[in-house]
Amino acid sequence: MRLEDDDFTLFGLAPRFALDRAALDARWRALQAEVHPDRFAADGAAAQRVAMQWAVRVNEAYQRLKDPLKRAAYLCELRGARIDAENNTAMPAAFLMQQMGWREALDDAASIAAVEALEADVRAHERRLLDELAATLDEQQDAVAAAGRVRALMFVARFRQDLERRLETLESSA
Amino acid sequence: MALLQISEPGQTPDPHQRRIAVGIDLGTTHSLVAAVRHGVAECLPDDQGRVLLPSAVRYLGAGRRAIGHAAREAEAEDAENTLVSVKRFMGRTLVDVAGHARLPYRFVDRPGMLAMATRDGEKSPVEVSAEILATLRQRAEDSFADELFGAVITVPAYFDDAQRQATKDAAQLAGLNVLRLINEPTAAAVAYGLDNGSEGLYAVYDLGGGTFDISLLRLTRGVFEVVATGGDAALGGDDFDHALADWALAQAGLQAGTAQDKRAVLVAARAAKEALTDAGTVTLQATVGGEPLAVPVTRAQFDALAKPLVDRTLSAVRKALRDAKVGREDVQGIVMVGGSTRMPCVRTAVSEFFGREVLTNVNPDEVVAIGAAIQANALAGNARDGELLLLDVIPLSLGLETMGGLVERIVERNSTIPVAKAQDFTTFKDGQTAMALHVVQGERELVGECRSLARFELRGIPPMAAGAARIRVTFQVDADGLLSVSAREQVSGVEAAITVKPSYGLADEQIAQMLKDGFAHAEDDIAARALREAHVEAERMLLATRSALAADGALLEAEPLAAIDALLLALEQARRSDDAAAIEAATKALADGTEHFAALRMNKGIRQALAGKTLDQV
Repeated sequence: MRLEDDDFTLFGLAPRFALDRAALDARWRALQAEVHPDRFAADGAAAQRVAMQWAVRVNEAYQRLKDPLKRAAYLCELRGARIDAENNTAMPAAFLMQQMGWREALDDAASIAAVEALEADVRAHERRLLDELAATLDEQQDAVAAAGRVRALMFVARFRQDLERRLETLESSA
Repeated sequence: MALLQISEPGQTPDPHQRRIAVGIDLGTTHSLVAAVRHGVAECLPDDQGRVLLPSAVRYLGAGRRAIGHAAREAEAEDAENTLVSVKRFMGRTLVDVAGHARLPYRFVDRPGMLAMATRDGEKSPVEVSAEILATLRQRAEDSFADELFGAVITVPAYFDDAQRQATKDAAQLAGLNVLRLINEPTAAAVAYGLDNGSEGLYAVYDLGGGTFDISLLRLTRGVFEVVATGGDAALGGDDFDHALADWALAQAGLQAGTAQDKRAVLVAARAAKEALTDAGTVTLQATVGGEPLAVPVTRAQFDALAKPLVDRTLSAVRKALRDAKVGREDVQGIVMVGGSTRMPCVRTAVSEFFGREVLTNVNPDEVVAIGAAIQANALAGNARDGELLLLDVIPLSLGLETMGGLVERIVERNSTIPVAKAQDFTTFKDGQTAMALHVVQGERELVGECRSLARFELRGIPPMAAGAARIRVTFQVDADGLLSVSAREQVSGVEAAITVKPSYGLADEQIAQMLKDGFAHAEDDIAARALREAHVEAERMLLATRSALAADGALLEAEPLAAIDALLLALEQARRSDDAAAIEAATKALADGTEHFAALRMNKGIRQALAGKTLDQV
């Protein structure tokens, strides 16, 4: 086990999209139980610094692996397909139409219930896209196609943030 | 003749059989110190048997002060010079403090953090807090008749970087070695978790004197994981007092004109509120402007006044549940913390919200200090290894200001700490050679709505076309939740870094100056203290290195082993001198020289702990 190992190696997991969340969580706790700076509170500065590096590395890998979208993006990059979301914004027309439809629905949604209904809709759609992404990565092993799906899901994730922000605004004014 | 102790082969002799470590709950209205004694965590009483120390400091003039009960008793008659509830001013400027005009203090606005003018001069909340911490430290040292190894100090989970840093500064000023800052709700869960041995998702509802926190914690096999935190750093029992006081004055058609009147009504309101926990009706009594004030209050009337405040707590609870992506039915227990949770209307509202009875079987005033003491004991190495590990999250997002006053979030709130995140930025103008970095904390998109933590500059960037430079900004948050930021231009290698000392500016030299001015160490000579600290640190490093060598020296080749031996010897020699700087340098040399060894040990530890185990065993 080395600091430079990739996230999957560090967590002792197969480098694939499908993942046992309980196993990931258990591994994370076990790793932190070994490396957390609190374990070395009485051990001097050198041990503290090393512990800090390790704890940061373990948390970084954990944050990436537990988020399906980040995990997929990471897998694509590991397999040589760059995501490059800033420069690669070309999306299929049907996807863009749906995005516009959602944005209009959000503009029209005046109540918490309306926003929550839209959110449920978006969530269901997101789950379908994630299922397709899983098949592209684990079965078809097509990293380039998967990178395209990751970029689409990044749009959806951003829209969901907007939904949450709207919910917060509505609740604080309620 | 003294007998020499001989340890068994392979075991390290440890001169500190048991290190004394305490947990301190530095609260808004009162503070406590607790320690594990004979295997049991308990609050330490003062010489009159009282565990609660009112968080009150009265400045008497000529450098004299009264701390705790004596100060609290003088609150009404000497309001201007009796500073209470300063925790809500930690790391705050005047504009941050809602309703400051109602408070009886003479505030002085300063950049970064306000101060209060007293007859003894201007006092910052850090100095006032340090007085309270020093009093508790003294109490603990008297209890054990020994010096403290260190302390775990609790802060509200909602505290931002400035508030945490202010708390740590206060501890340093009070001469405490801070083992860790931990979140109050986490400490409460530690106290409950070990008592009850429960696993699952828990909510900690902490309504103290000046702050409200809601935390959602997942407890699994000795690991306390904070999955979400939320709350309101300016909502607490004090607000209930204010609401009741304002109402009573309105009922009587009176106004509190002087600081003394304001204080008197507030004290009476607090007493009435507390009495209403057991009684159905009480009479709020005070003297205002020489006139007697007597207003009867029923519990129903009080509950109606309290409702907007209780509702504010519940909307923060909803937000935390949403952050954690869990429903209220997923929560298996609700731990109640803070004296304000004694109010029946609070208990009822929270029980109804979650649809289950709240937990109240540990004293809500003591539960945080007790949890902190358990953690302090573990960090000092007194508890069995592997027993307890707290994994915390950062309460508020951290980011940088970008063009147009927008915030680019770098570390998202509720990320598990310690954490480091890097992001690349670029220049905006052709030939731009400097870049101003503005570090902010908060969830809003506009810089103006977030808290400004620090500003620093990266200079000496070689002139390039706009957009060509690659400036990598790295945020690192340590296990205490404290931030440091560095920036590096990737092409030229130009660097700048800052440990985010919030702009209230208690720089290290100012702390040194305060110590020199005799703060909390009247009899202490600053040089002697520095030397003593250098000795302690050197001993700690020698001991840690020898234990490490005894356990894992075999990991090292002859040459690096000899190098470490030489550093040990050098420190041994330096330690015999009275030169604090030389001792510190030798200690640092040993720390730096053993870093590779520490890394080897870490690798071995992880391999041993995890290799060969299948996942379901972990």
